[in-house]
Amino acid sequence: MKLDEIQTNLLKTIADLEETPRGAVNIRIDGTPVMRHSSPGIQITPKLDKPGFDLVVAPGTKGETVHVPVILTKSGLKDLVYNSFIIGEDADVTIIAGCGIHNSSHMHSQHDGIHEFILHANSKLRYVEKHYGEGEGKGKKILNPTTTVHVAEGATIEMEMVQIAGVDDTVRKTTVHIEAKGYVKMIERLLTHGAQHAESDVEMYIDGAGGSGQVLSRSVAKENSAQVFRAALIGRSDCTGHVECDSIIMGDSKIKAIPQLVAEDARAVLTHEAAIGKIAGEQLIKLMSLGLSEQQAVDTIIEGFLR
Amino acid sequence: MLKLKDISMVVGNDQGENREIIRNINVEFEAGKVYGITGPNGGGKTSLAKLIMGIYMPSQGNIYLQGQDITPLSISERAQLGIIYAFQQPPRFKGLTVKDLINIARPGIDNLHLRSTLRDVGLCPEDYLDRDVGPGLSGGEMKRIEMAQTLAREAVISIMDEPEAGVDLWTIQKLIAVIVGRYKKNPRLTTIIITHNENMLHICDEVLVMENGMLVHRGTPEEIWPHIKDEIECKMKELCSGDIAYEIR
Repeated sequence: MKLDEIQTNLLKTIADLEETPRGAVNIRIDGTPVMRHSSPGIQITPKLDKPGFDLVVAPGTKGETVHVPVILTKSGLKDLVYNSFIIGEDADVTIIAGCGIHNSSHMHSQHDGIHEFILHANSKLRYVEKHYGEGEGKGKKILNPTTTVHVAEGATIEMEMVQIAGVDDTVRKTTVHIEAKGYVKMIERLLTHGAQHAESDVEMYIDGAGGSGQVLSRSVAKENSAQVFRAALIGRSDCTGHVECDSIIMGDSKIKAIPQLVAEDARAVLTHEAAIGKIAGEQLIKLMSLGLSEQQAVDTIIEGFLR
Repeated sequence: MLKLKDISMVVGNDQGENREIIRNINVEFEAGKVYGITGPNGGGKTSLAKLIMGIYMPSQGNIYLQGQDITPLSISERAQLGIIYAFQQPPRFKGLTVKDLINIARPGIDNLHLRSTLRDVGLCPEDYLDRDVGPGLSGGEMKRIEMAQTLAREAVISIMDEPEAGVDLWTIQKLIAVIVGRYKKNPRLTTIIITHNENMLHICDEVLVMENGMLVHRGTPEEIWPHIKDEIECKMKELCSGDIAYEIR
């Protein structure tokens, strides 16, 4: 597989890929799978009825990492993909996903990923997904992920979803169901600038006894950008859940943070914290007193906050 | 080294009235010496420190560093010239670690130096290097991390604002040992410690007492201590409320 410079840079940015990874991998470029390998523990096969793949991790597979990045460099392309991730019992793996768009034209480029995660009993998954857009064209870079997650008894998933920069429009919808003793930690980190718009809508149903869910969001909105973050925890058993949304607001941006707690069982313990504020003057002064310029201080604070 | 000439500072209150909180300060701080600034709360000590750092601007007067008039310079510019101010109440940063902050204070600091700096303030490097300087830290921990940045930077002018506040006695002794060992008599460095702690004051070459924005006494710790003691007794009689402005040995 020969990649041009733009493609190489996008893969590095979203998935830290500089060379062909070992083990299972699926790389999709401009709507076409260009590299697909399975490993003994992780099988990746194309869906027969629609674009996308089924990634099946065999029970007991441990310590493997699989890369499944998507990049778009063809302007005006609208890519839609359906991917299923099935994690077998007692498996423990990492999936590095991500989508990068380079758009230098006046036409919009869009990737919509419909993802389904099924975690079987006592399995463990770490899922990392980075979104990034670049290119000087007036055409928008649009990313709309829709994700459903089913966590069986005793299974654990840690999801880290990051929007690095450059995505003009995104609507993210995530629905999670957690069975008994299952655990979900979802971390969202988001940066918007210019006239960008980002929405994230999370519904986490904690169905089983001893289930636990956490949604942690950190975002920075700069210039005229707008963000809406809505996270609902629905406790349906003897469970615990926590939502935390923390945002830095800058320029003329707008942020709406809506944590929502719904207890459908008297034993559910659900909590939330939400904060929106500008960078504190004393933080800037402190870093400037260590020799940073004001702009360097702002950049350092934002970089740390979104790390 | 550092010279404050005719420095005054006026601030306005909510009623539109002006109040002079620093009044005509004239003082020189020499290299190789440790200075203490003490006095009752609200006397102008922290304001004076912030004037030197450039956080506040004087209403009149000039500040000179090694002969250069730094009065118009920004905080960053003064820091780059070699001034550091350890905050009385350092701010917290979500996402920045202790290691990040020390690396900003001393770019390129090697691992050995970084770790020894944390030990100097009584913190175990293994436990703290990767800790967020966020809400999870206590006031005392924040204070020690603040001091670690100051020590790591080894600035030509180090201003430490109540380094003892919220810190345990053992760490105060450790800090005193570090200041004596590394700063006192170092011909390159000038150290200014704002303090209410008698042990801290006793390591100073010279102590300045501020009250109502003015410099009211100046001398060696031995010369100054009787004045401070009188002040304490007087203040305690005046207040009769248990608010003690000084920490008494």
